[in-house]
Amino acid sequence: MANSIKRIRTIALVGQAGSGKTSLLRILCGLLAPARGEVRWQGASIRSLGEEYFTAVTYIGHRSAVKEELTCLENHRINNGLAGVELTKEQAVATLAEMGLAGSENLPARLLSEGQRRRLALSRLLSSSTRLWLLDEVLTSLDRAAVTLITSVIEAHLQSGGMAVVATHQELNLAAGSFERLQLTS
Amino acid sequence: MLTMFRWIVVRDLTLAWRRRADVLSTLFFFVIVVSLFPLGIGPESQLLRSIAPGVVWVAALLASMLSLSRVFENDYHDGTLEQMLLTPQPLFLVVLGKVLAQWLVSEVPLAVVAPLLGVQFDLGPRTLWILFISLLIGTPVLSLIGSIGAALTLGLRGGGVLIAVLILPLYVPVLIFGAGAVDASIISGNIQSNIMLLTASFLLALVFAPWATSAALRISLE
Repeated sequence: MANSIKRIRTIALVGQAGSGKTSLLRILCGLLAPARGEVRWQGASIRSLGEEYFTAVTYIGHRSAVKEELTCLENHRINNGLAGVELTKEQAVATLAEMGLAGSENLPARLLSEGQRRRLALSRLLSSSTRLWLLDEVLTSLDRAAVTLITSVIEAHLQSGGMAVVATHQELNLAAGSFERLQLTS
Repeated sequence: MLTMFRWIVVRDLTLAWRRRADVLSTLFFFVIVVSLFPLGIGPESQLLRSIAPGVVWVAALLASMLSLSRVFENDYHDGTLEQMLLTPQPLFLVVLGKVLAQWLVSEVPLAVVAPLLGVQFDLGPRTLWILFISLLIGTPVLSLIGSIGAALTLGLRGGGVLIAVLILPLYVPVLIFGAGAVDASIISGNIQSNIMLLTASFLLALVFAPWATSAALRISLE
C-alpha cells in the first residue's frame, strides 16, 4: 500500500461494512495502533513523529465533530482552529457559502439536516493545507450536488500535489486513472 | 501554540454558556448538600462550627465529581475528541485548556458561594475568607486529578460510578489539607502549612495530571 499511494496518490478503499475500512484509516492517522507493522510518513514512523505528522494529515471520520449547541460559523472556525488553521470571520463565511451553507451561518447546528451537517464537517477540507487526506465515508448522506462538489475538491487537492485515502461504498468519480481501488475483505 | 489553547478555552466556555442548566445543577447540588447539615443538626453553633470545614469540603468534592464525568464525554460521542487528538499541537495543551474551562465554569462558583454557605455554620469572617482561599487553591487539583479519571472511564457504561471509585481516594490529600486549613483558622492554629501543602499538591497535579490524562485519552480512543 505504501508504494501504491506514492505512485498514484489516491486510494479508494472499498469493501463491505465491517471489512476494516475505518480501522485502516484510524491506523493511518495514528488513532489506532496496528497489531503488526508500522505506519511511516516520509520514512519515519508516525509514532516517533507525533504532532509533526498531524500537521500533514487531515482525518474526517464518520462522526462529524459538529457541536449541536454552536452555530455553523462557530463550528467551522473552531474545527479549523483545532486543526491549526486560523480563519477570520469573513473567510469562514466564504467557505461555508462555497459549501452551500450560505444563510445558515448563525443557525445552531442542531437545526441542520444530516446532509447539511455533513457539508459543515467537510467544509474543513476547503481551508485545509495538509498533504494527506484520510476520508471516511465522506459521500454518505450527501445529495448529488454535494457529491460533485466534494469530488471536485478532492480532485483539486490531488492536482496541487496532495494525496488522499478515501473509504467509500459509493462510486468515486474522480478523473479516470487517477486513483486505485483497494478492496478489503473481512 | 497559545492560540490553540485559547480556542479550546473559548469553545468550552461558549458550550457551557449554551448548556447553563448543567452547570447550575452542580452548583445547586453543592448549595443543597451543604445547607442540609445545619437543618439536620439544629442550632448548636459549637458543633456546627467544628463540622463546617469537613462538610463544605466533602460537598465540594462530590459536586466536582458530578461535573467531571462530562468533561470529555460529549466530545467523545460526536467525534470532536478524535480531532483534538489529531491536532498539530501537544495534546496536554488541549487537556489543560479543557480542565481550565471546567474549573472556571464548575469549580470557581463553588468557591464563591462557599463563604455565603459558611454563615449558616456560624463561621467568623476570617474563617470564611480562609474557606474561600482554600477552595480556590484546592479545586484546580480536583479538576486536574479528576480529568485523569474522566479520560480513563470514557465510553464505559456506568462510568460515573467508576470515576468516583477511581478518583475519590486520590482526592483525600486535598480534602485533608483544605479542611485542615479552615479548621486551623477556627482554633487559630497554623493555617500557613496547610495552605502551602495545598499549593504544593496543585503544582504537582499541574505538572503530572495533563500528561497522564493525555495518555489515558489515547488509550480510551483506540
